[in-house]
Amino acid sequence: MTEQTTTRRAAARTVALTKTYGSGDAKVVALDEVDVELYAGEFTAVMGPSGSGKSTLMHCCAALDTATSGQVFIGDTELTRLKDKELTRLRRDAIGFVFQSFNLVPTLTAEENIQLPLSIAGRKPEKDWYDTVIETVSLGDRLDHRPNQLSGGQQQRVAVARALASRPSIVFADEPTGNLDSRSGAEVLSLLRRSVDEFGQTIVMVTHDPVAAAFTDRVLFLADGKVVDEMRSPDRETVLERMTRMDARQLEAVAGDGAL
Amino acid sequence: MLRASWKSLLGRKLRLLLSTFAIVLGVAFVAGTLVFTDTLSKSFDAIFASSVGDVVVTRDGSQTDDGSQTTRTVPASLVGRLAGAQGAARADGNVSSSGLFVVDRHGKLVGGNGPPGIAVNHNTAPAGHGVEGLAIVRGHAPTGAGEVAIDARTARTAGYRIGDTVSLVGSGSRASLHPTLVGLADFRDGGSTNGATITIFDPRTAQDLFLQGKDAFTDVWVTAKPGVSQAELRDQVRALLPAGYTAVTGDQAADDAASGVLEAIKFISTFLLIFAGISLVVGSFLIVNTFSILVAQRSRELALLRALGASRRQVTRSVLFEATVLGTLGATLGLGLGVLLAIGIRYLFSRFGLDLSGQPLVFQPSTAVVCYVVGIVVTVVAAYLPARRAARIAPVSALRDDVAMPASALHRRLVAGMVMMLAGAGAMAAGLLTDVPRPGYWVGGGILVALLGAAAASPVVGRPFLAAAAAAYTRLFGSVGRLAGQNALRNPRRTAATASALMIGLALVTTMATVGASSKASVDKAIADNFQGDLVVSNVVGERFSSSVGDRVDRLDGVAAVTRIRSGVATIDGHGQGVMAVDPAHLDSSVRVDMVQGATSDLRDGTVLVAEKTATKRHLEVGDTVRMTMPERRRNYRVAAITADNNPLLYYPYVLTLGSLERAGFQPADQQLIVDADPGVSVAQLKKQVDRVTADLPTVTVKDQDGLAAEQRGQFDQLLYLIYALLGMALVIALLGVVNTLALSVIERTREVGMLRAIGVSRRQLRTMVRLESVVISVLGALLGVGMGVVFGVALMGALRGEGLEVTVVPAGQLAVVVLVSGLLGVLAAVFPARRAARLDVLRAIATQ
Repeated sequence: MTEQTTTRRAAARTVALTKTYGSGDAKVVALDEVDVELYAGEFTAVMGPSGSGKSTLMHCCAALDTATSGQVFIGDTELTRLKDKELTRLRRDAIGFVFQSFNLVPTLTAEENIQLPLSIAGRKPEKDWYDTVIETVSLGDRLDHRPNQLSGGQQQRVAVARALASRPSIVFADEPTGNLDSRSGAEVLSLLRRSVDEFGQTIVMVTHDPVAAAFTDRVLFLADGKVVDEMRSPDRETVLERMTRMDARQLEAVAGDGAL
Repeated sequence: MLRASWKSLLGRKLRLLLSTFAIVLGVAFVAGTLVFTDTLSKSFDAIFASSVGDVVVTRDGSQTDDGSQTTRTVPASLVGRLAGAQGAARADGNVSSSGLFVVDRHGKLVGGNGPPGIAVNHNTAPAGHGVEGLAIVRGHAPTGAGEVAIDARTARTAGYRIGDTVSLVGSGSRASLHPTLVGLADFRDGGSTNGATITIFDPRTAQDLFLQGKDAFTDVWVTAKPGVSQAELRDQVRALLPAGYTAVTGDQAADDAASGVLEAIKFISTFLLIFAGISLVVGSFLIVNTFSILVAQRSRELALLRALGASRRQVTRSVLFEATVLGTLGATLGLGLGVLLAIGIRYLFSRFGLDLSGQPLVFQPSTAVVCYVVGIVVTVVAAYLPARRAARIAPVSALRDDVAMPASALHRRLVAGMVMMLAGAGAMAAGLLTDVPRPGYWVGGGILVALLGAAAASPVVGRPFLAAAAAAYTRLFGSVGRLAGQNALRNPRRTAATASALMIGLALVTTMATVGASSKASVDKAIADNFQGDLVVSNVVGERFSSSVGDRVDRLDGVAAVTRIRSGVATIDGHGQGVMAVDPAHLDSSVRVDMVQGATSDLRDGTVLVAEKTATKRHLEVGDTVRMTMPERRRNYRVAAITADNNPLLYYPYVLTLGSLERAGFQPADQQLIVDADPGVSVAQLKKQVDRVTADLPTVTVKDQDGLAAEQRGQFDQLLYLIYALLGMALVIALLGVVNTLALSVIERTREVGMLRAIGVSRRQLRTMVRLESVVISVLGALLGVGMGVVFGVALMGALRGEGLEVTVVPAGQLAVVVLVSGLLGVLAAVFPARRAARLDVLRAIATQ
């Protein structure tokens, strides 16, 4: 792991971010006044049991979802004030995405998929950077293949390349290894790790896999819409143990409700 | 299983609605046509029931096959004798004539060009079965030459009140009349004139006007005493009749008259049903496509059903069940819409003078049955292919991530399509070039099969275009263009099927445009080549007009010659055949007639000119005789000369002299006059003078060569516009097909659209993407359609060359506009799907599996 500077810059942060669904009795609080900073140049994992709000947190930070109250910043830009057009531009220029189910355009080749966000923005890829990205995903001669001619791992590596190609200030990955076997998953995670280490890319990844979390610099644990814990330089065992403890507490809570 | 299908139907209400639309429109057209024709026939039945007596007596040959009158009449003396027949209460003589029109206060013909202008004498005879016929309801019956009664509706339309001077024009001995309106007539026991105008004179005046003053009648009604049946009375009357007279019961006469009219207007329903058929064929494309997409989208669900133990048949059945529900729903809505459409058609026809407003719409139970059968059968048949494909989904697909639909190889479709196109071309050739029975069916069927073949082959045929369009889009619109182009290429079958629906309508439009443009050019050429006169005087309705017009024109200064053209109907070899008559003295100077054998000057009384084609078919040569049966006369006419076929002014293949025609029993009224100016007299000057002669005859017009050509072109245009309007229906359905395909594609690609939004594609770019895809589909359909249509049109014109239509013109400019407009329609079709795509909630779109 590289040296951490003491003064970290936040690539994205939230202030008292609240997200609720429904109203009245059916009201569900997905995020409850969350204050979190996602540091630039770090690989952050967001973990938590189902329903803890981890996906909602990511969607709000990634300008895919709007907050009920509170604020979200990407760099210095406050998202909650932006209109759809500006959000679209922000997503296009400042944010990268990696989805669980790859989500490549099936009609385009791997290379066209990688270039898609850039060409939509009407930008030319920076030659050096683009070559570096292509080299890093090591697809070799499969660049002109269509997605359905690639394996899951290869498709996800294309998706990572697509996210990196426009040099976004932050990349969000939603369970990027959820649909992959452990070896392909490890390849993708290494790729993410390398882009943090070698290119200083900021990456935020939602996962429930302790193995994946072990690739990151920092793990945020969410439960019931709140950040309940944080762990630096995690390894598989400590994460697993932490998760187990949270699950147990949740079980107790459910049991307690039932007793009432 | 049934439950599962039902649930899946309800879960897709919007898609249901979209795909039902095609059926609704097709069925609506069928229903509208049936309701309209039933109404039409009911109303004519009502008219004829109130316009015959218990027994009707006529002289044989008093009417020709085309319903026009001859000089054969019943003498007045017979009426009294008939009144004395056993069982007869009374006998009344009727004088009737068609061809007397009412001119309204503004000098316009009431009813425009189309409905007949009937003139009758006044009498109080009851119609058959004691029904009161036309009766004076206000004012009094006309007496003397200066008075007339008119049917109340016509008087109202024309703005005449009792006491006004009415202006009438016609073909009788006097070209125009100005009697005083003294009474209004109506059918007290119900019945309508359907837009015809009826003028009533006293008997003497009617005889003077229409029967050259003879004390005679066109027919006699004999009224039965109470308790005497029509048949009994007929037998009694027959016993009294001298040879050469006919008596029929009123019921029989009404049936005959009605069936004659209905036969004549049957083409209307045939015509409308053809377009209903076209709409349904186009609609079935839409259904095939919709079901293919629905099945593809549900493939995982269907695979799951298979995995859970459903048999292939059950899967097929479940899809067909959906189709049945859809068909039933569509047919129901279509029926409702059809009634509205019938009202619309009724309005449309009232514009052409067939006014049915007096007759409530007739809705027969059989209409509903036909509509449901058509709606359900078309839907189920169209859904059968997708249903069978659905059954071929392997159960294991339920476990896979992306399910590929089993698909037949494209090259097989190409082969099948090519075979069908060849078969269609063969059928067309058979219909056009050989002597098969019912050539229209061969040509129409051939066109249909060829179009279906083109539709089958279109995924392959259209591919180069789609690829080119994708490349062009990429260049013009960058990656959004590339995505759109690739989307169109993604499922070539679907794109091509959607485009094919458009192709069918546009192919027919193009065919008609080509035939229309060629016909007009041919007419122009033929008139320029053959019309040597300076002016032509004719009746807008094609009705005959009084010969006094010709007499007056002939007396004008500056007129060198007037050539009269008349026509009548003869029976030759047992078939009715139109014959013309001209004055041979002037024919050569006004009309250029190319001769095959002999000269026009060889035409004398008792001889005939025969057109080449007819002469060849009947093996006639100069000196042979043709036997013609006409009202007053059956005799042989010697063939004086053979004319070439190319002259549009000689519209019947037999030409007699004016004298021959008159002696054969046709009234001396002219159909056309061709006027030659003296040398040095300007045509414009002459036209002004002739115009003055015909000023009080609104039905008679004077045209120079350009005017004549314009008039003939105008007739084509009217028909073309009507056909275009009806084909518009098929185009609307096809357009809905584009909307449907795009909307379903967007739903199908929800996740992809969500991802595009997530990586920064703006709503606008998404809309552009959908729009571009729509334009590709539409333009592909337009190009295929225009291509096929030009081939059809040129083939038809090739076959029609023998009919005097010598020029073939492809209206390139017009067709370019068609393609352009199709592109614009594509943009229009994309509005709704594009908005839908742009509005997709990104998060939900990504979450959709």
